[in-house]
Amino acid sequence: MEPIISVKNVSKKFGDFTAVDGVSFDVMPGEIFAFLGPNGAGKSTTIKMLTTLLKPTGGELRLAGHDVTKEQDATRKVFGIVFQDASLDDELTAFENMQLHAVLYGVYRKEVNPRIEELLKLVDLWERRKAIVKTFSGGMKRRLEIARGLLHHPKVMFLDEPTLGLDAQTRNLMWNYIKELNQKEQTTIFFTTHYLGEAEAVAQRIAMIDHGKIVASGTTEELKQQTGTANLEDAYLKLTGTQVRDETLDSTAGNRERFRSMMKNKQR
Amino acid sequence: MSVIYILWLRQIKRFSRSGIRIVMGFVQPLVYMLALGYGLNSVFQSSGKGSYIQFIVPGIIVQTIMFSSMFWGANIIWDKQFGFLKETLVAPVSRMKIMFGSVLGGATISLIQGITLFIVAIILGFRPYNWTYIPLTIVFMGMLSLAIISFSAGIGAVVNDMQAFVAVNNFLLIPLFFLSSALFPLDSVPTAMKIIAYVNPISYAVDAIRMTLIHQSHFGLLTDFTVLLGTLVALMSFGSYRFRQIQV
Ligand SMILES: Nc1ncnc2c1ncn2[C@@H]1O[C@H](COP(=O)(O)OP(=O)(O)OP(=O)(O)O)[C@@H](O)[C@H]1O
Ligand SMILES: [Mg+2]
Repeated sequence: MEPIISVKNVSKKFGDFTAVDGVSFDVMPGEIFAFLGPNGAGKSTTIKMLTTLLKPTGGELRLAGHDVTKEQDATRKVFGIVFQDASLDDELTAFENMQLHAVLYGVYRKEVNPRIEELLKLVDLWERRKAIVKTFSGGMKRRLEIARGLLHHPKVMFLDEPTLGLDAQTRNLMWNYIKELNQKEQTTIFFTTHYLGEAEAVAQRIAMIDHGKIVASGTTEELKQQTGTANLEDAYLKLTGTQVRDETLDSTAGNRERFRSMMKNKQR
Repeated sequence: MSVIYILWLRQIKRFSRSGIRIVMGFVQPLVYMLALGYGLNSVFQSSGKGSYIQFIVPGIIVQTIMFSSMFWGANIIWDKQFGFLKETLVAPVSRMKIMFGSVLGGATISLIQGITLFIVAIILGFRPYNWTYIPLTIVFMGMLSLAIISFSAGIGAVVNDMQAFVAVNNFLLIPLFFLSSALFPLDSVPTAMKIIAYVNPISYAVDAIRMTLIHQSHFGLLTDFTVLLGTLVALMSFGSYRFRQIQV
């Protein structure tokens, strides 16, 4: 079987900084795949490249057989996505946000309203459907993003930290819905999370990324065996280290270095 | 419902929910019209050129359309900052459609403002030469608005922060307005200014609208139309090209 997501030797540079560094992995159709790694590892950047929002600096990305960089329009018909950060229209109501999405994704007309109702009820926002999104709490906005992401049923679903900031009840509901979607419609699920328990419970296969490079991949069992650990969390810590990824620290170090070389140049 | 329609509707809804935008959209040109129209009327009349109010209304309509259109690109920057742009950019519809629906929404808003101003001018005593030309006036208003909005969208697509956006717009578009034939008749200015006004597409928009409203034209309606159409096509290509290139 052909992989539905295929990433070959992909890199992404922002100026001099390499955010994604020669990453390769495959995801098979119908699989639930977790993409794990510390803050700033390059997860969201990889997802943005797979979803046509960023152009890779090098390498090849394929989605359902389409070259993501060259066949953008065809690629966009394949997937749905829940972004890590906000992507709602704050000035519209919850219902209007859902409706707009349904039209953009060409959801079959007769299904639009029933589906919006079902999903808004699922995330407990049906009563608030006529409220402007600006007035929502952070968690409510997140729930609306999830509901919107599930409105159409794509072949591949990207979920970038979908459960970020959600309460335990909603997290459970969401995962149950997604697992059902995966089973009923063979939707491929590609998600990231910092809750390792979640990944262990849901994912069939996992890839771990650190500093823009894949450091391990396999099933939970395989990862535990490779590292000689008892659970996914220990395996993760062993693979990515226990050091905290503080971006500001890195950049202060960078600045200090730049300052030093500047002083050197002056002295010369 | 089609994609273009729903994106058009989104612009209209956002506009109609923002009271301050509605009010400011025509308070500013109204002030211009009153200050310039009444202030300069006697000077203008004593130099034998007729009523300045009649003369200035087409210019002020162009100003209303221009100013509301040129800041329209700010919507794209907001959509980048609030994240909504991602939602449209990954959708399985061509970016041309996305851009077109949104730009049409912006042009509709500009037209509403331009027409409102026209009605206010009539209440204040302005009289068009021939009412049957009014639909043609509206066509020219629409063309001007679409051209400026496309340009503004292109700038909004390239630039990421609001200050830079406002600076670029102020630097490029405001001089174009003041150096066009909006505020003075072209036959009575020094040659240097005449040349600048001749190469400035805004002059042709002003001229066309002036022709259809008060039957005064410097270039002739066909020339006006041709120049405006050319400008529109060029700016729309620029805008949609830049919009297709956006990365977020
Ligand atoms: N537009 C950009 N310009 C410059 N650097 C960027 C840009 N986007 C991301 N980066 C950098 O690329 C690196 C990877 O970022 P990315 O968002 O992919 O991390 P992540 O794995 O999703 O992290 P998190 O778990 O915090 O979401 C970071 O160091 C980030 O600062
Ligand atoms: Mg991320």
